[in-house]
Amino acid sequence: MEELAPEYDVVLLGTGLTECILSGIMSVEEKKVLHIDRNDHYGGESASLNIEALFKKYPDSYSKGEEPWMKYGRGNDWNVDLVPKLLMANGDLTKTLIKTKVTDYVEFEPIAGSYVQKGSGATATVAKVPSKPTEALLSPLMGLFEKRRAKRFFEWVRDFKDEDPSTYGGLDLNQCTMKEVYDKFGLEATTRDFIGHAMALYQTDAYINQKGAAKETVDRIQLYGNSVNQYPGKSPYIYPLYGLGELPQSFARLSAVRGGTYMLNTNIDEIEYEGGKVSGIKATMRVRSEDSEGTMFSTKTKKIIADPTYFNDANKGNVKVKQVAKLLKAICILTHPVANTNNSDSAQIIIPQSQVGRKNDIYIAIVSSVHHVCPQGYYIAIVSTIAEGKDNWHLELQPGFDRLGKIEEKFMKEPIPLYEPLEDGRNDNIFISKSYDATSHFETTTEDVRDIYRRAEGKEMVVPDLRLDANLVGQE
Amino acid sequence: MSSRVSTGARPGARFAQFKLVLLGESAVGKSSLVLRFVKDQFDDYRESTIGAAFLTQTISLDDATTVKFEIWDTAGQERYKSLAPMYYRNANCAVVVYDITQASSLDKAKSWVKELQRQANENIIIALAGNKSDLVAEHPDKRAITTADAEAYAREAGLLFFETSAKTAENVRELFTAIARKLPLEQAGNRGMRANPRQGVDLRPEAPGTQGGGACNC
Ligand SMILES: Nc1nc2c(ncn2[C@@H]2O[C@H](COP(=O)(O)OP(=O)(O)O)[C@@H](O)[C@H]2O)c(=O)[nH]1
Ligand SMILES: [Mg+2]
Repeated sequence: MEELAPEYDVVLLGTGLTECILSGIMSVEEKKVLHIDRNDHYGGESASLNIEALFKKYPDSYSKGEEPWMKYGRGNDWNVDLVPKLLMANGDLTKTLIKTKVTDYVEFEPIAGSYVQKGSGATATVAKVPSKPTEALLSPLMGLFEKRRAKRFFEWVRDFKDEDPSTYGGLDLNQCTMKEVYDKFGLEATTRDFIGHAMALYQTDAYINQKGAAKETVDRIQLYGNSVNQYPGKSPYIYPLYGLGELPQSFARLSAVRGGTYMLNTNIDEIEYEGGKVSGIKATMRVRSEDSEGTMFSTKTKKIIADPTYFNDANKGNVKVKQVAKLLKAICILTHPVANTNNSDSAQIIIPQSQVGRKNDIYIAIVSSVHHVCPQGYYIAIVSTIAEGKDNWHLELQPGFDRLGKIEEKFMKEPIPLYEPLEDGRNDNIFISKSYDATSHFETTTEDVRDIYRRAEGKEMVVPDLRLDANLVGQE
Repeated sequence: MSSRVSTGARPGARFAQFKLVLLGESAVGKSSLVLRFVKDQFDDYRESTIGAAFLTQTISLDDATTVKFEIWDTAGQERYKSLAPMYYRNANCAVVVYDITQASSLDKAKSWVKELQRQANENIIIALAGNKSDLVAEHPDKRAITTADAEAYAREAGLLFFETSAKTAENVRELFTAIARKLPLEQAGNRGMRANPRQGVDLRPEAPGTQGGGACNC
């Protein structure tokens, strides 16, 4: 086959964000990269769909023969995400985008507001997450005395510096639990809830009694605060124009610019091994819009990096992943902003688990036409959580639906299994990523990227700084 | 990355930015055309597109009108038809290139034109460039596609058409100028195009000038 190399340093399977960041960075490191996807589009589970493709992905949402997408305007004005996630403005993914200059290929808008729910049912309050000592004093989430205690807590977090023991306030964060920290400041349960879940972004309460977890919690609250400071008056989150699907594509472009080879529409027929380690692949590239057999090819490779769906076929006996949880998700189309969000064009609302008697938080991510994901006048809200029961999933998401008011269209299926690799990959040189988890941001995705790199390359990943790269022609 | 139009410092001055994509078979000279247009250079031994996939160039149509092209070269992804949709997304104009000494390259060009008409903006302006005209100037027998045939196809498909040489620079500036003249400067505030630079987040290390090109030296 034309121009295909006989051997690659790494073959990547699946063009989700995790794989695309790795292929971009490895291409910059001048590794020989072949990147394959079985689909005819980039992004895998992190793609964004137009309205027709969205309906077709949820065939139960309409009757056969109907074309319900016709009433939603131009199909291509819609870019609906399949994973509900946002970027922390000061987070690892944002820093990676800036350093690698992938920001040349994608633009961002801030998410207007970050909200948290207190209480449940008819008496629930939805309020802005306070992120500064001064905001704490104004927050309707707390009573008068609690406001002052929270202010002192935020001041302590703001001033905390690892390298300066005088800022510790008598606490040894590497030894104590977060409960001890909260106790010291005398914070109430609901305050702990919004700090731990809407700022530190923990999905369960497991962090509270974990010894030594206090330091990470403080780091997370500081990341939240620093991210808020990026765009004052907005939330700590940003979001790419045209949807999250732009992210894998733009890292794929970085890879291609640096010599990476891309093949979509390509099935993996066989993985070849030598002495227990991967040695090559056999694959078939299908020809788009034709029924022809496609082109078969084979090539050698030292390593494979893949998303879990490429190693989960019991029929082929190649199962290398296990299911760790199930993600429940409903994509909702609205024609109005969400109540209590100050008519925001976008928002995140977190419903901490204990407020509604659950073990896992419920997240709502709302975006709209300012992000070029739908025509003017529409809002896309994705409600998600980790499934806790075996059925009645609709009821598990109900506290989220209650926030949304009238819903024009609701796309929902059985829960999505989340996978993790069984092994770290060092035995067979096949390194598998995790499914996109239920967190509301990409910090765990870049953690996975760094972890895969460490396993595959045996060293820490250093994000290349291409901002001053003289090889790039024509940047005035 | 749609077009942006703003009025510059001088009354009546116009500045507009457009996204331009290049398409065509490998080795027809897409990157060479860009390099000629942007840097006025040519390199006989250019191997591939590495490092030159995103460039900008400004041209002045007249005293009052400046057009800035944001140029997206394909970075080799065209080999297996694996371009990301973001590549076409919001492109205002496209240059589809073939090599006048390679008959099959015009067929490829035609299929890219079809792809553009299916995938890209409805109002996209497409130019067809028959490149490497210098080769037939020396050896007329090397020509595989007549000017008349290509011209007829371009007219039928509604494309601008030039025979170019990245090597000698023949018609390169003319090609980009013709595109700039055809771009809808007047209604650049219409749907799908932005009248004002976006107020959103700017993560770009060095954001390209959108305010009159930053050309005001006053
Ligand atoms: N003689 C001649 N050679 C050219 C011209 N344009 C490009 N080439 C050569 O054709 C080859 C492929 O050019 P390149 O720009 O990399 O093509 P691309 O793959 O379409 O980007 C290189 O060896 C160039 O030097 C031209 O106008 N005349
Ligand atoms: Mg090229």
